[in-house]
Amino acid sequence: MLVECNNLFKNYGGKNALNNVSFAVEKGKIIGLLGPNGSGKTTLIKILSGLLTASGGSITISGDPVGIETKKIVSYLPERTYLSEWMNVKQTINFFSDFYTDFSEETAYDMLSRLNIDPGEKLRTMSKGTKEKVQLILVMSRKASLYLLDEPIGGVDPAARDYILKTIISNYSEDSSVIISTHLISDIENVLDEVIFLKYGALMLHMTADEIREQHGKSVDALFREVFAC
Amino acid sequence: MQWDFNSTTPVYVQITEQIKLSIAIGELKAGDKLMSVRELAAEAEVNPNTMQKALSGLEREGLLYTHRTSGRFVTEDSELIARLREQLAAEQISTFLKNMDKLGYTAEETSDMLKTFPGK
Repeated sequence: MLVECNNLFKNYGGKNALNNVSFAVEKGKIIGLLGPNGSGKTTLIKILSGLLTASGGSITISGDPVGIETKKIVSYLPERTYLSEWMNVKQTINFFSDFYTDFSEETAYDMLSRLNIDPGEKLRTMSKGTKEKVQLILVMSRKASLYLLDEPIGGVDPAARDYILKTIISNYSEDSSVIISTHLISDIENVLDEVIFLKYGALMLHMTADEIREQHGKSVDALFREVFAC
Repeated sequence: MQWDFNSTTPVYVQITEQIKLSIAIGELKAGDKLMSVRELAAEAEVNPNTMQKALSGLEREGLLYTHRTSGRFVTEDSELIARLREQLAAEQISTFLKNMDKLGYTAEETSDMLKTFPGK
């Protein structure tokens, strides 16, 4: 198992953000982490990336507890940009290249040219969507074992969304897995192997996308709307 | 290939059906080489594991075969392809007859209507 998560809890003060969450992820899978706002998706991703520590339970990635070793093999896309505004794309790539031994500059430049992004452009002058594309390119240009993508396609246009999904499909390997959190379920459901639904910090459902269609006769998107109907 | 997916049937089932149709109508010809799983998955915008699942199923049915070093090909068994085409035609007829039955037509009435159907 690439990821093993057992009886995970996370409390913020008196609030339970994650409540006894257990699941495992195999290598070579694309997993959709789905749930309404405030269901604990970002908290779970931040614990997997090592930015937050759990209040209880255990989590291992490739057999190691989350820490220095796992950070080397986890590539994380946060929901907000964290890149330095004064840098241009080329400088940012150099920075990533210095920082991560598994970073491929070639992959990054290739994707930039496909999306018509000028490597000389400063982050400051970019639109929100372009910045998001740059950030995703950087994250996907690492040869990581686990990619954690928190809302990767929310801010980009539908054409770029298609390209980004194709990038995710063609860049991950049999040895790596991708966990994607998003609200845009219908856009990504054909690329998902498995689906995890979170509700109020608890794991509600963990199934393959095929099982959902076979058992419920409806799309993941339709099931989500039914389960989380307000 | 043109891919078109609905949202209620498992994707691998739909891929299987669409490749079968391509073979039956000769869009994919006997002996044709297929793109790699990854290329096909990117083209159809689906997960590579899903594409693999569909292709493995088609291999089990004998419609595709893998040559160890050079890739995956469409069967050269023309009889098998002919049978596939008949099978797909039979499925279409059975769906059509079911729908006519819902409309209250007997098989005989339907058959008569077909003979005089305009624009044939």
